[in-house]
Amino acid sequence: MTAMNNQGRPTGTGMSSNRETPTFTGNRALQLEEPLIFERDNPGACGVDFDEPKAFTPRLGKLARKGSIGLPGLSEPEVIRHYVRLSSKNFSIDAGLYPLGSCTMKHNPRLNEKMARLPGFGDVHPLQPVKTVQGALELMDTLSHWLKVLTGMPAVALSPKAGAHGELCGMMAIQAALKARGEDATRKRVLVPESAHGTNPATAALIGYKVDAIPATEDGRVDLAAFKAKLGPDVAAIMLTNPNTCGLFERDIIEIADAVHEAGAFFYCDGANFNAIVGRVRPGDLGVDAMHINLHKTFSTPHGGGGPGAGPVVLSEALAPFAPLPYVTHGKDGFDLVESEAAAAADGQQPFGRMTAFHGQMGMFVRALAYMMSHGSDGLRRVAEDAVLNANYILASLKDDLSAPFEGPCMHEALFDDRFLKGTGVETLDFAKAMIDEGYHPMTMYFPLVVHGALLIEPTETESKMTLDLFIATLKDLARATKSNDKDRFLGAPHFAPRHRLDETAAARSPVLRWGVDVPRQAAD
Amino acid sequence: MRYLPLTEADRTDMLQVIGAGLAGVKSVDDLFRDVPTHARLDGPVDLPSRMGELEVERALSRMAAKNVSAGSVPFFVGAGAYRHHVPSAVDHLIQRSEFLTSYTPYQPEVTQGTLQYLFEFQSQVAMLTGMDVANASMYDGSTGCGEAVLMAHRITKRRKAILSGTLHPQYRAVVENLSDFAGDIVEALPPALPDRTEDIISRITDDTSCVVVQTPGIFGGLHDLSAIADAAHAKGALLIAVVTEVVSLGLVTPPGEMGADIVVGEGQSIGNGLNFGGPYVGLFATRQKYVRQMPGRLCGLTKDAEGKRGFVLTLSTREQHIRREKATSNICTNSGLCSLAFTIHLSLLGEEGFTRLARINHANAVDLATRLGAVPGVEVLNEAFFNEFTLRLPRPAADIVDALADRHVLGGVPASRLMPGVAGVENLLLVASTEINTDEDRAAFAAALKEVLA
Repeated sequence: MTAMNNQGRPTGTGMSSNRETPTFTGNRALQLEEPLIFERDNPGACGVDFDEPKAFTPRLGKLARKGSIGLPGLSEPEVIRHYVRLSSKNFSIDAGLYPLGSCTMKHNPRLNEKMARLPGFGDVHPLQPVKTVQGALELMDTLSHWLKVLTGMPAVALSPKAGAHGELCGMMAIQAALKARGEDATRKRVLVPESAHGTNPATAALIGYKVDAIPATEDGRVDLAAFKAKLGPDVAAIMLTNPNTCGLFERDIIEIADAVHEAGAFFYCDGANFNAIVGRVRPGDLGVDAMHINLHKTFSTPHGGGGPGAGPVVLSEALAPFAPLPYVTHGKDGFDLVESEAAAAADGQQPFGRMTAFHGQMGMFVRALAYMMSHGSDGLRRVAEDAVLNANYILASLKDDLSAPFEGPCMHEALFDDRFLKGTGVETLDFAKAMIDEGYHPMTMYFPLVVHGALLIEPTETESKMTLDLFIATLKDLARATKSNDKDRFLGAPHFAPRHRLDETAAARSPVLRWGVDVPRQAAD
Repeated sequence: MRYLPLTEADRTDMLQVIGAGLAGVKSVDDLFRDVPTHARLDGPVDLPSRMGELEVERALSRMAAKNVSAGSVPFFVGAGAYRHHVPSAVDHLIQRSEFLTSYTPYQPEVTQGTLQYLFEFQSQVAMLTGMDVANASMYDGSTGCGEAVLMAHRITKRRKAILSGTLHPQYRAVVENLSDFAGDIVEALPPALPDRTEDIISRITDDTSCVVVQTPGIFGGLHDLSAIADAAHAKGALLIAVVTEVVSLGLVTPPGEMGADIVVGEGQSIGNGLNFGGPYVGLFATRQKYVRQMPGRLCGLTKDAEGKRGFVLTLSTREQHIRREKATSNICTNSGLCSLAFTIHLSLLGEEGFTRLARINHANAVDLATRLGAVPGVEVLNEAFFNEFTLRLPRPAADIVDALADRHVLGGVPASRLMPGVAGVENLLLVASTEINTDEDRAAFAAALKEVLA
C-alpha cells in the first residue's frame, strides 16, 4: 500500500527499483545521454561576443581561406551543459578509489591548481626577457633543488614533457656519454626486464638499441644470474624499474648497479614507482645514473584524463654534462636561462640537444612544488610509508581470497594473479568489470606481463582505512561470488555504467575517428 | 598532514592485520626490509618541513610576483606561443573533478566523457587543418613535429628529411635531436627571412622522406605549400606542414587544401594560457591512408553490448603497451586536459566566433605593422602575414626589447634569441598582435619604440 501525505502526494518508494523500464529519452535520471557537439549545432548561436574589426585591407596575399570549416554554433549555456553532461560519464579520484597499479592515482590538491593559475606563473610567455621572469626561473631552480635532494642526484633536466619523454631524455644522455667515450657504435644493446613498462623497450628501440629481455625469478625480481650472463661490452644500459612493476623492491639493486658499471654500461631507473620510496630511499644511493620522475604520479599533478604529464630526469655526475637545453643557472644578476649550445659550452656543458620547444611543463612544476612544500621533508617520508602501508594492508587482507604470486611484503602496490579464478569461468577482465558496478575503478589488468591475468592494485597514501576496509570487503565478496552460479554478475558487467562493454574489435576493424558521414546518430539502431 | 587520512590509531591497527598475514612484519620499517641497509634513510632529508596552505600560498605568490605577467603590460610576444582571451567557462569546466582527476580511458564504460570529447577534438582538428583524421593530441607542437618526421620515415622507408628555414628554430632543434638519435638525416635550410625566397623544391631528391614547412613561418610569412607538395609527391616524398598559430586557420588556406600529408600544430592558442612554455597541446593530423603509421592515442567510435553508440581507444596495436619495442612511438600519454580546454574553447567560438577571432587578429596585426612601420628607422619585412611579422631595426633587437621592457612594454622576440650565432638576424624583431591588444596598447608600443630608437 502506498502511503500518502495530506496533499495526496505519494510518499512511499513505489516501484522505483525497476531498472528495466525504458524511458523516452534514453536517460536514466542522473545518467544523461549526450549527443556529439556537432549534433548540437544551432546555426547562428555563438558562445563568445566579439565585434567585427573595422574595415581594413587584409595582407594575406593569395592565401585567404575559401569555404567554411564546419564548426557547430552553440551559446555558452549549451556548451557548458554539453561538457557537464560528458563529465558525468567519467569515474574520477575525487569520486572514489581509483587503484590503477603503476599509475599512482592519488589525491590532487586544489591549492596546486590555484598556484599554477597565479598570473605570475600562468600568464608569462616563455620568450619574455629573462629579467621579467626571475620568479619563474626561481621556481624551476627551487623545484630542481627539491628533486635533487630527494633523489640524492647531482643534476636534473626539467624539460621532458611526460614520463616516456623523460625516459627518452635519460637514454639520450646515456648515448651522448657513450659517444663522448667513443663507445656509442659498439654498445648497442639495452637490457630490459620482462616486467618493465612498455615504454622502456619502445624508448630504447626508438634511439637505435636492440632490446634484450631479462627474465624474472620465482619471487618476482630480476634474475641476477641471467642478468649477469647478458652483460657484455656491447651493453649500453639496463633499464630497471625500482620498486618494480610487481610492487617489489629489487633486493639485489646494488649488485646490479655495480655489475652494470663494472661492464662500462649505465643504469637507467624507471622512476614511475618513486612514490613508494620518496623520503626514505634516494636513488642516488642505489647507483642510479638517470631516472625520470613522473610529477603526475609521485607529486600529485592531476592526470587530467591522460595528460599533460611532466617527466624531469635526475642525472648522475657522469651524465650531468650532457643534460639537454635549456636549463637554469645562477648568474651575476639573478637567474639565467641557458638556451644555446654556445652558452652551454661557456658554462662547461655539452648538451646533447633539445627535447622540446621552450622550457618544459611549467604549470606542472608549480603544482608539484606546491605539493612538495605542503608535505615538507617529513610529510614526504610519510607519503611513502602510508602508500606502502595501505598496499600491504590490501595484500595481507586479500591474499587468501585472491591469489598472490609472490611472498610479501610488497611496496606501494599489491599484485595478484588469476589462479583464484581458475575453473570459475570468470576472467580477470570480468572481475574488473564487476568492480565497476560496485563503484570502483578497476585496478590495472593484465600487467605486468610476468604473471597470468594480473590484477595490480595501488591504493596510494591518500585513501583512508575506512575506504580500504570497504574495498577489501567488496573484493572478498566478489571473489566468493565467482564460485557461485550467478556468473552474470561478472560476465554481463558492468550492468550499471553509462555503457555496457564496448566492441573494441569493431572499432579497430573499420576505424571511425571523426565526425562525418560515417557516424551513426545517438541511440541509433 | 592534510592530504594523509591515516591516523596513528589506523596505522597501528593496520600493522596488526599485516603482521598476522605477512610473516615478520611488526613495524613500517619492516615493510622496507628489502631495501639495502645502507640505502635506508634514518630521518627526513634536508629540506623544509611541512607547510599549511597559507604559508605555501605566501611563498609561491612572492615568487610569482617577481615576474611581469603578460596581462599587466602592452604585450606583443609570439614566436610559437600566443596570448589569447580564454573564456571563463573553459577553466571552470576543465577543473571539474570528473575531467581533472580521471586518467587515460582504459575502462571505456566509465570514461565515456573523456572518450567523447577526444573524438570531438580529433574531428575539430581534422576540420581546421583540412585533413582526414587527427589523433587525440601530442605533448606539444615541437615534439609532434619530431614524431611526424619519424612517421614520414616509416611510410617512405627513407631516412632524410628537409627542414625549411620557415620552421621555428626550437622545433628544428627538437627534430634534429630526435632524428640524430634515431639514426636519420636532417638537412636544415638557413632561416628563411621574409624578404627572400627560399628554394626548397630543388633540394628534394629520390631519397627525401619529407619536407617540413611552417606557415605562418617563424618570421610570420604566409606560405603557399601547393608547389612544394607537388614537387615532394613527384619524388615520392611527403609534405609535413607545421602551424604554430592555430588561430590563423580561421582565415588562411589550411595545409590540407595545399597538399600536406601530415599537419602538426601547436594548439596552445585555443583554450590554453602561456604558462611559461607548458603544458601545451600538440595537434597531429594526416591522411586516412597513413592512419596506422600515426603516433599517439586515437579514439574511435563503436557500439556497446546493447547497440548503443560509444567510444574507445583504438588501433592500440601501434602503441608501446602492446607492441613494446616494435611500437610506432614510445608515447604513453597525450595532453588530455589541454586538449579538453582546446575543444571547449573552440566549441564556444564555433564557426562564426573562430573566423571572426582570426579576422580581429589579422586586423590588429595589420594596424600594428602600419604604426610600427611609420617609426623612423623601422622596416616591416613581410608582405603577407597573419598576426605576426618581422621588423628590421637599426640596432640589435635584443637591446631594444630590453629597453622596451624597462618602459613596461613586452615588445616581441629578438630573432637572435631563437637563432643564436646566425648572421644577419641581430636586428630582426618578431612581433605579434592578437585580440587582446587595444588601440592604446599598439599606440603605446609605437611610442615606446620611437622613444627607444630616438
